[in-house]
Amino acid sequence: MADKEQTTDLQEKPFKPSSPSSKLDLNGFWEYADAPQSADFIELADQYELFIDGKFTKPASGNYFDTINPATEKPIAKIAEADEKDINKAVKAARKAYENTWSKISARERGKYIFRLARLIQERAREFAIIESMDGGKPIRESRDVDIPLAAAHFFYYAGWADKLNYAFPNKEVESLGVAGQIIPWNFPLLMLAWKIAPALATGNTVVLKPAETTSLTALKFAELCRDAGLPDGVVNIVTGAGETGAAIVNHDGIDKIAFTGSTEVGKIIMKSLAGSEKKYTLELGGKGPNIIFEDAPVDQAVEGIINAIFFNQGHVCCAGSRLLVQEGIANRVIQKLRDRMETLIVGDPLDKNTDIGAINSKQQFEKINEYLEIGVNEGADIHQSSCSIPENGYFCRPTLFTNVGQSNRIVKEEIFGPVLTIQTFRTAEEGIEKANNTPYGLAGGVWTDKGSKIFKTGQKIRSGVVWSNTYNQFDPTSPFGGYKESGMGREGGLHGLEPYVKLK
Amino acid sequence: MADRINVLKTYKTYVGGKFPRTESGRHYKVYGKDEEVIANACQCSRKDFRDAVVAARGAQNGWNSRSAYNRGQILYRIAEMLEGRKTQFVEELKPLGIHHRTAQKEVETTIDTLIYYAGWADKYQQVFGSINPVASNHFNFSIPEPTGVVSAFAPEESPLLGLVSVITPIIVGGNSCIILASQRYPLPAISFAEVLHSSDVPGGVVNILTGFKEELVDHMTSHMDVNAFFFTDPKVNKEYRKQIDENAALNVKRIVHHPVNDWSQHQEDPYLVTKFQEIKTTWHPVGF
Amino acid sequence: MSATTSTYDWNKTIPIDQVGVEQRVDRLNSRSIKKDSKIQALKLALSMIDLTTLEGMDTEGKVIQLCQKALRPHIEQPDLPKVAAICVYPNMVSVAKKELQGSGINVASVATAFPSGMATRKIKIEETRQVVADGADEVDMVISRGAFLKGEYEYVFDEISAVKEACGSAHLKVILETGELQTYENVRKASDIAMHAGADFIKTSTGKISPAATQPVTLVMLEAIRDYFYKTDRMVGMKPAGGIRKAKQAIQYLVLVKETLGAAWLTPDYFRFGASSLTNDLLMQIIKQQSGVYQGPDYFSKD
Repeated sequence: MADKEQTTDLQEKPFKPSSPSSKLDLNGFWEYADAPQSADFIELADQYELFIDGKFTKPASGNYFDTINPATEKPIAKIAEADEKDINKAVKAARKAYENTWSKISARERGKYIFRLARLIQERAREFAIIESMDGGKPIRESRDVDIPLAAAHFFYYAGWADKLNYAFPNKEVESLGVAGQIIPWNFPLLMLAWKIAPALATGNTVVLKPAETTSLTALKFAELCRDAGLPDGVVNIVTGAGETGAAIVNHDGIDKIAFTGSTEVGKIIMKSLAGSEKKYTLELGGKGPNIIFEDAPVDQAVEGIINAIFFNQGHVCCAGSRLLVQEGIANRVIQKLRDRMETLIVGDPLDKNTDIGAINSKQQFEKINEYLEIGVNEGADIHQSSCSIPENGYFCRPTLFTNVGQSNRIVKEEIFGPVLTIQTFRTAEEGIEKANNTPYGLAGGVWTDKGSKIFKTGQKIRSGVVWSNTYNQFDPTSPFGGYKESGMGREGGLHGLEPYVKLK
Repeated sequence: MADRINVLKTYKTYVGGKFPRTESGRHYKVYGKDEEVIANACQCSRKDFRDAVVAARGAQNGWNSRSAYNRGQILYRIAEMLEGRKTQFVEELKPLGIHHRTAQKEVETTIDTLIYYAGWADKYQQVFGSINPVASNHFNFSIPEPTGVVSAFAPEESPLLGLVSVITPIIVGGNSCIILASQRYPLPAISFAEVLHSSDVPGGVVNILTGFKEELVDHMTSHMDVNAFFFTDPKVNKEYRKQIDENAALNVKRIVHHPVNDWSQHQEDPYLVTKFQEIKTTWHPVGF
Repeated sequence: MSATTSTYDWNKTIPIDQVGVEQRVDRLNSRSIKKDSKIQALKLALSMIDLTTLEGMDTEGKVIQLCQKALRPHIEQPDLPKVAAICVYPNMVSVAKKELQGSGINVASVATAFPSGMATRKIKIEETRQVVADGADEVDMVISRGAFLKGEYEYVFDEISAVKEACGSAHLKVILETGELQTYENVRKASDIAMHAGADFIKTSTGKISPAATQPVTLVMLEAIRDYFYKTDRMVGMKPAGGIRKAKQAIQYLVLVKETLGAAWLTPDYFRFGASSLTNDLLMQIIKQQSGVYQGPDYFSKD
């Protein structure tokens, strides 16, 4: 680590690599000072209620749970826990709104409400970004530059679809479904809310949405926006709680459609719960994304792509490129560069503008990641972690690489959902593709080569809903996203993101 | 007195481009309209299904690698072959009690359905794909790709038209399938296999089994190497549906239920093709 | 001719993805440099300046004034670091040398028919020898872009080797004139040729054409330096030049260096800014950091 005593000493220093594996001194004498995002203007209540029928409503049970700042382990606020009674109330409100107002107003006016929501998010973007980072642990750079702008863009995109649905489905009549029950994860709280609510409203449905229990705040702040936008009561209902609350939504007879984003494990439970029912459903589940680097890749950009693929949002990304597959001729070079690049990643306070990797979202997830690190070591893999310091309190994990792993290792097979990358090599393109596809998942994958024809061939062969060629973890509201195989069904985003919310006749 | 003894046809199954008998050795009787036995059909077992999945999986990649144009031509070729054997199929439908003209119409509608979907082979990608105007410097497009291996029930009614109307939207998009023929009247399905066999459809792309739905439904919906299940029963018992859905949850199988009451009307729909497609979105930077 | 021969197949191109490079730069630019680290960076940047005047109108008087500025960037703050070097045309080398004698500030001279490089090799070598004889510590040469773009890589390599030899103990900075090289791949290739041919520094631009230095180009060159260092253990320096006028830009460049090559390059020995007006903006920012008061240009001497 850098010597803090040294300040403006410009004299040549003895050679001092950052880590035994590196030739470069990447943590040298010039260290970035703290650059905390000011959060003074953020107003948070001590307690948050359910948002049902346009009103903040106390939960029937009177129960509340704490939402914790994972960077400090301190509670931020109390969040209402919705039970079946509350869900029932929310579904009724959504149904009433669907029948009495939302399906009655013209599609054009419906679109205008959604445009309003987009604008209101933009206006309060900084506030949302800060709350997102406080509640979920993600670095402010990402919530500010990725999550919130993309959420606003998503509403903006779907707003315009509201009165153009006939162009999306040639030769069909388009009808809305009714009430959509939506359950979202904790990794991109507001963005996932946008992915769910924007298309649902644009297609004329009303919603009951449950944010993840560790990241409810931005959804509740969004509820305020719905009020500010004058959205008719009951069109959007936000109900907070954990798994049981989610189950109450899934099992509610008054809901026409379930949209879920989360783990494959829970996705399967939901499928079972919905078995025999008439509810339409879409699932966006887990992944174990392969990131294939060919010898003729633009190596420095590929290294950056690998970093982005696995360390974006602490690796809490369903489409993370968690399995690196490098062609053997450049494996050593890539690993060396990767290790050096990892030394420059700053792990720490999510609200510091220079933080690259924030806090692991929850204690539970933190323990799960640590368990996998142990599993990896016990399986005989070689572990490498960056030498960075991490805060004493809060849930933080150093960026981690595992080499010397095989397809049968649990760390290669199972979704870790943390900043943990496994590295395998391959010799021929066929071998790389085979390894890439040797998984029940199929959400996303990366291909890196300078050769256009190889990009297309490999991209075609990878069985996943998204292929990032010479890039990784790019998102856009116009671009459909979703999985093959056990990574889910249905698409979110783009033209294809409308289909899950309509009946075609 | 007849001069010669008629040669009776033995109905087998169609798996991997071959016509094996069921490994179980079991058969069941197929009755005509007057309850007379007209043939024996294989009562396929779960092992037959398992073998068919292996064949379907083995063929799927190659089938999907064919050009869309080629797949369209092969579907058209099936129609051509069927046209040539129209009389045979009309005759085969008659013992079921189907009137000659109705049987003829069913065969003709079947041929037309094949041609309809043959035309879609190189068009659904254009209609249902998209170029996405993303805000960053990337070229971004989404195209449909086949879901993979699909198991399916042929409808009980319209044993030829129903069967073909179920198979075709699956395979036109590059999937392979294992289809359980109409239980009551499986014979045209096996004769149709002969048409497939002589019309350039690679072995394993379409696998046709005969047997009992009740016996096989569990295996056809739970198999971990099957990506989707397709059935068209107009009415489904809730418990039965529940069993199918619960099995599907094992590997997030796509369950496509497309209820059809009357197959004699054209039931073609390109949207049905998309039910067995996954949208793949590809990103690539745009720069010098 | 050079004694060194290239063992490299220069026709091979190292692929570089434009969008990826630019996204990386965007991300590096999102670093927020505040408080102590900002002062440290501003002073560091000041110490890395090659204070430059390369005008047809240059006079001895102007060069002398510039030397004064180099020695004491801001008279009110004698403790501030000196700039690294003065960069002038060949006929001003002796003037600058005399002025800076014993100061620790180097004299750099452009040579090899700067800025076009359109002269015979013989003249380029002679010019190089002359500026070194006149006391130049550093020589900023330009490559023959025409030959490079025509694919005559060996020619370019040999020319740099020859100039390097002519430099003797003087340091050689090789100007690629990246604004004329069209692609990042070409920037990378020219960087590799220059380093293999013996460059002590590689430099983006003459400042005479636009675009001059850009951060993506600089990143590509830094990555070339890194790969060369991985391979040979020899540290080659980097000098972006032209268009860097603001302290904020300078700090962004330092972030690029820190996160690509590390601290060993964060010294004037391995990183320079070819600039003139940057100096005063750095000074203004330093004083602002110290006093908390935003500064005006009239309080800082122009040269």
